[in-house]
Amino acid sequence: MPARNTALPRLAGRHLLGIEPLAPEDIELILATAQKYQTRTPRAVRPVPRLDLLRGKTLVLAFFEASTRTRVSFEMAAQRLGMDVVNLALEASSVQKGESLLDTVKTLVAMRPDALVIRHRSSGVPHFLARHTDVPILNAGDGTHEHPTQALLDALTMRDHKGGLKGLRVAILGDILHSRVARSNIHLLSKFGARIALAGPPPLVPKDFERLAPSVTVHAGLEDALREADVVMILRVQLERLREPLFASPAEYARHYCLTPARLALAKPDAIVMHPGPFLRGIDIAGEVADSERSVIPDQVENGVAVRMALLELLAPPTAGLAPPAPESGKAGKKKK
Amino acid sequence: MKPLLIKNGRVVDPASGLDDRRDLLVEDGQIAALDKKIEKPEAEVFDATDLVIAPGFIDLHTHLREPGNEGAETIASGARAAAAGGFTAVCAMPNTQPVNDSVLVTHYILGRAALAQGARVHPIGAVTKNSQGEELAELESMRAAGIVAVSDDGQPVWNSRVLRRALEYCAALGLLLIDHCEDRQLAAGGVMHEGPWSVRLGLHGIPALAEELPVARNVRLAALTGARVHIAHLSIGSGLEVVRRAKEQGLAVTCEVTPHHFTLTDEACRDYDPRFKMNPPLRSPDDVAALIAGLADGTVDAIATDHAPHSDTKKQTDFESAPFGVVGLETALAVALEKLYHPGKISLPRLVELLSANPARIVGVPGGKLSVGAPADITIFSLEKKWTYRAAEGWSKSHNSPFDGWSFRGGPVATIVGGNIVFRS
Ligand SMILES: [Zn+2]
Ligand SMILES: [Zn+2]
Repeated sequence: MPARNTALPRLAGRHLLGIEPLAPEDIELILATAQKYQTRTPRAVRPVPRLDLLRGKTLVLAFFEASTRTRVSFEMAAQRLGMDVVNLALEASSVQKGESLLDTVKTLVAMRPDALVIRHRSSGVPHFLARHTDVPILNAGDGTHEHPTQALLDALTMRDHKGGLKGLRVAILGDILHSRVARSNIHLLSKFGARIALAGPPPLVPKDFERLAPSVTVHAGLEDALREADVVMILRVQLERLREPLFASPAEYARHYCLTPARLALAKPDAIVMHPGPFLRGIDIAGEVADSERSVIPDQVENGVAVRMALLELLAPPTAGLAPPAPESGKAGKKKK
Repeated sequence: MKPLLIKNGRVVDPASGLDDRRDLLVEDGQIAALDKKIEKPEAEVFDATDLVIAPGFIDLHTHLREPGNEGAETIASGARAAAAGGFTAVCAMPNTQPVNDSVLVTHYILGRAALAQGARVHPIGAVTKNSQGEELAELESMRAAGIVAVSDDGQPVWNSRVLRRALEYCAALGLLLIDHCEDRQLAAGGVMHEGPWSVRLGLHGIPALAEELPVARNVRLAALTGARVHIAHLSIGSGLEVVRRAKEQGLAVTCEVTPHHFTLTDEACRDYDPRFKMNPPLRSPDDVAALIAGLADGTVDAIATDHAPHSDTKKQTDFESAPFGVVGLETALAVALEKLYHPGKISLPRLVELLSANPARIVGVPGGKLSVGAPADITIFSLEKKWTYRAAEGWSKSHNSPFDGWSFRGGPVATIVGGNIVFRS
C-alpha cells in the first residue's frame, strides 16, 4: 500500500463516532494538530491558513438534520486544506421521499469521498452507517448521543484559557438529558481528570449521569453546581427534542436556569463562560453575560474550524506525494473497526 | 402409516414425574406404548440413545405475519421454523393485517395452518376490535371457532374499563386473557430500557415502572372478575414480585419469560444494533437475575419466544427507526439449555415443564404430557450436540435474531407432530 505520513498513524482511516471510544492519546493528538491551525488564542491572532495538504480529496457533508454552524465550520475546514466539498442537505431530499437510510448512504459512498460527515436527529445513525462503509465517518452530532467535534473544540478553548483540564471544575447547566454536547464534553473532561458538575431542571438532569463517567456529580440547583467553577458551560434548551412539557414556559425556565451575572458571581472570579450555540438570549444566558469579557464563545467558533481541520488531516491523511492508490487498495488500506 | 418406535431415549415427562430410559411407540398419531423395552418388528425405529424425549414444546407467544405481511413470515414458514426449534405447537398472536378480531380471520388462519407442515398453529383472538382497546371483539364466536386465548399483544389493553368487561366474558368462557403490560404514557417514545445505558447512548428510555403498573392492575382485575390472566413477556424483577404475591393469594395469574429477557441485558444495545431492540426492552442485570430466580423457583410458568419476524429491509436501519421485535423459535431451546440447564439453574424436568407441560395447561390445549393415548406430539433433543446458529440459514423468513452466530451445546434433533416427523436435524 502507498506510504502514509507515518507521523500520524493513530487515527488514519478510523471513524470518529464519539469521544467515549477515544483514548486520551487520540484526543491529545487531535488537539495538538488543531493548535497549528488556530487563528485566535488568548495570546495571538494568526492569519487564516490556506493549504493544499488534502488537495484532490473529497469531503461529503451529509446533514440529515438542519444545521448552519457545524456545517459551515466543516466546509471552511475542508476548504482551508484544499479539499473539495460536496454539501448535501438531506433533510429535504431523498430521505423525505422514503429512500432507506442505507440506500442513501450507499449512494454517498459511491461518490468515493475520502471522509463523510454525518449529522442525524437519531442517536446511533453514524454507528449504523459505520457498519456498512470503510469511508471514515465523522459524527457531527447524532440525536441526543454525542457531538465529538464540539467537545474537542471546547477542550481546546478551555486549555487555552485555563492551561489544562486536570482538576478543572466545569459546571454544565441546562438540558443535559437531550444534549449530545453534554455527553461528549463529560466523556472528554472526565478522561483528563476534570470534575464535572451538572444542574438544570430536575427531569432534564437524571441521576444516572453520575454513572456516565468518573468525577460527574448531579446537583439539585444551579447555585450548587456553579460554586467554585472554573468553566461554566450553558446548554441550549432543546425545545425541538422535548416530547413532553418539562417546564412551564420559557419565562419560567429563564427565572430559574438563565445564567445571569448574579448567578455567575458564584463561580470563580476568573471563570470563563461557554455556550455551544445557538443561544437563546434572556432564556438560557443573559445578554450581558454572553457579551461580557468572561464569554469565550467567539473562541469556540474559531477553534471549531481548527479542530475540524485537524480531524480531516488525521482521518483522511495526505498520501505523501505518491500517486493516488487504486480504488481497491485504497479501501483495503483502511483499518477495520 | 408405519408405527414409529423411539428407542432408548431419556424420557422426561413432568406430568407423570417420569425421568428415565424408555422406549416409546407411536401408532395412528398417538402414543401407543411407553415401556422399558418395546419390540415392534414392523415399526420404523428412531434411535434416541443419548437424546431426551419430551412432550412437544408449545410456544404461547408467536407472531406469524400472515395475513398481511407474508414477506416477513407466513403461517407455513413459521410452522416450519417452530418445528425446527422443537415446538410442536405455537399460539399465534392476532396482530396481523387484518387483526384476528373476527371469526372470518380465525377461520382463515386455521385454514392456512391445516396446509402448513410443521408445528400446529393455535390462533389467539384479539380482545378488542382491531386491537384498538376500545370496543370488544367477537370473543364468544372466536372462542367457538377455535381460538385458545385472547390478547391485544403489540398493544396493552390500556383501557381498564374495557379490560374489566373482557375479563368478565373470559371468566364465563373459561378463556385466558394474555396482556402485553405497558403503560403507554410512561413508555411513550422509549426505544430501550431506561437506565444508565439509555442515558449513555442518548436513547429514550422505557422505565421498568411502565411494565410493573399494568401487571399490578391486571392482578387486581383478575381478583375482581375471577378470570385467568397471563402476563406476556415479563421482563422486570418488580413485575415478577407482583406475580409472586398474586400466586400466594391464590389468584389465577400466570406469566411467561422470553429467552432474550433471561439472557441479555440493556448493555447489548451499546452498538445501536436493532437486533437487540424489542418491546419490552432488554432490562438490567438485576432484572435478568430475578427472572432466572423466578424460572427456577416456579414463579415463572412458561418460556415463550415472542417470535417477531421483521424483514431485513425493515431492520437494516438505525436503532431508533427500526421496529421492535426479534425472532426466537429456532433458538429458544438452545438458549434455555445454555443459560438455565447447563449452569445448573434448573433441572431437565423443570425445563420441559416450562416449555411444554405448563403452556399446555395455561391455554388448555392437548399435549404437554407423554401418556398412552395422548397425541404423539413429541420433541426429541440433545443436551450435548455442538452447533452454531446462523439466522440467514434458518427456517424463518426473517433473520432478526439477537443470537445470530451464537454457538450452542444442545438443541432440537427431531420434532414429531401427530405421529409424523416434521423436523429432523
Ligand atoms: Zn407484546
Ligand atoms: Zn408479542
